[in-house]
Amino acid sequence: MGRLVAERLTAAEEAIRIKMEVQGLSVHYGNTPALSNVNLAVKANHVTALIGPSGCGKTTFLRTLNRMNDLIEGVRVTGRVLLDGEDIYRPGTDVVALRKRVGMVFQRPNPFPMSIYDNVAFGPRIHGLRDRRRLNEIVEKALRDAALWDEVKDRLRSSALGLSGGQQQRLCIARLLAVEPEVVLMDEPTSALDPISMLKIEELIQDLKATYTIVIVTHNMQQAARVSDSTAFFLSGELVEYGPTDVIFTRPRDRRTEDYITGRFG
Amino acid sequence: MPTRQSFDKALAELQQDILRMASLVEQNIYNAVQSLVNQNAELAAQVIMGDEDIDRLYWEIENKCVRLIATQQPIARDLRVAITGIKILLSLERMADHAVDIARTTMCLCDRPVIGAMEYIPRMARVVQQMVKDGLDAYVHGDVEKARIMCGMDDQVDYLFAHIFRDLLQAMREDPGVITQAAYLLYVSRYIERIADHATNIGEAVIYLETGEWRELN
Repeated sequence: MGRLVAERLTAAEEAIRIKMEVQGLSVHYGNTPALSNVNLAVKANHVTALIGPSGCGKTTFLRTLNRMNDLIEGVRVTGRVLLDGEDIYRPGTDVVALRKRVGMVFQRPNPFPMSIYDNVAFGPRIHGLRDRRRLNEIVEKALRDAALWDEVKDRLRSSALGLSGGQQQRLCIARLLAVEPEVVLMDEPTSALDPISMLKIEELIQDLKATYTIVIVTHNMQQAARVSDSTAFFLSGELVEYGPTDVIFTRPRDRRTEDYITGRFG
Repeated sequence: MPTRQSFDKALAELQQDILRMASLVEQNIYNAVQSLVNQNAELAAQVIMGDEDIDRLYWEIENKCVRLIATQQPIARDLRVAITGIKILLSLERMADHAVDIARTTMCLCDRPVIGAMEYIPRMARVVQQMVKDGLDAYVHGDVEKARIMCGMDDQVDYLFAHIFRDLLQAMREDPGVITQAAYLLYVSRYIERIADHATNIGEAVIYLETGEWRELN
C-alpha cells in the first residue's frame, strides 16, 4: 500500500517536472523551413542544452519558447508550445506576460546605458513597482543570485557600461532574475566572454537551476557537456537526438550526433 | 573539408602502438610456457629481460593516451577509444607480469625432474593463448561477437585449472618428493588462469568500445 502511494507520487512528480512541452513544432521564414515537426519536453529545474551547426534551427527553436520569433516578419509557426500545460501560441496570449515568465539572455551582454542599480530595477519598475525599500531588496537579491553582488555592491550607482564583459553578462542575468521568471533561455551566453567569465556563468547556471528551468544554446560542446542535464541535437531544422547529456556525450544513438559532437561534421 | 584528421591519425596510431605491445606480450607468454615445458632457463631469462621493453612501451603508450585526453577532450567513441586503450594496456601489462612469474618458476624448476601432472598445463596455456589472440583480433576488427565467444572460453580454462589442481594434489599425496615441483606448478596454473581473466577484460573493453556498454563476462 505504502509502495503504491509512493509510486503514484513519483508518477505525479514526473508529470509536474515537464515545464515546457513542444509538440509538432514547425517554423517557416517565408517559404524557407527552419524547423520541422519538433517534439521535445523541457524538464523543470533542468538545464537543457541545444546544440547543432549554424543554421540548424536551434536558435529558432529557443526563440519559439517565448515567442521572440513573432518579431520577425514573415515567420510562420505551427504546432504547440506548452508552458505548464498551456499553449503559448493560442490566440489571446499576453506575450509581455509570457516573456516575463520566460526570459532570455543573449549572446552579447546588452546592459542599458544607465547605472547598475537602474539596470536591475528596470523590469520591476516597468511592472509598476515604486517602493524604494522593496526595489532595494529585489536589486540586491537579483545581483546576489547572479553572483555579482560582491563585485558591484559598492558602486551600484556607476554606469553598467563600465563593467567587464563577464560582469555585464551577469548583470543582464540579474536584470532578468529581478522580474522573477520561471524559465531562462540563454542564446550562446558565453560566446563573447573570456574563459574565466565563461566558467563563472557556467557555475551560475548550476546554481540557478535549483530555482529556474534553463534552456541554453551553445556552440561549445564541452560547455553543453559540463552544464546541461539533457542535450538536444538539431540538424537542418530537425531534432535528431534528445536525451540525457551523459548518454549523448558517451554513446549517442545517431551517427549524425556522433559525427557532430566529435568534430567530424562537414 | 574533413575535420580532425590529425586526431584521427593519433587515434589510429594509438591502436597500432597497443598492437605492437600486444605482440610482444603474446610472444612472452608463449616463450614463458615453452621455457617451463622444455626446462629452458635461457628462454626464461629472455622472457624476464623482455619484460623491460614491455613496461617501457606500456608507459609510453599510456602517456600518449593521457595526452590525447588532455589535449583533444575526446567524447563519445573517441573517448571510448582512449579509455579502452588504457584498459587494454593495463591488461596486457599484467599478462606480461604473469609471463615473468612463469619464467621465474622455470628458473626454480629447471634442475628438477618433470612430473606427470604437468601435462595439462600446456593444454591450458594453449586455450589461454588463443583467448588472448582472439581478444586482440576482436579489438582490431571491432568484432563484438568474437569478443563474447572468447570470454566464454574462460569456462574451459576454469575447468582445466580445477583438473590440474586436483592432479597436483594427488601427485603430492602419492609422492612427497615432488611437493616442491607441484607447489610451483600450482602457482603456474594460477598465473595462466589469471592471464585468461585479463583476456576477458580485453573482451569486455572491446564490447564497451563498440557498444558503449560495460558487461561483466567472466
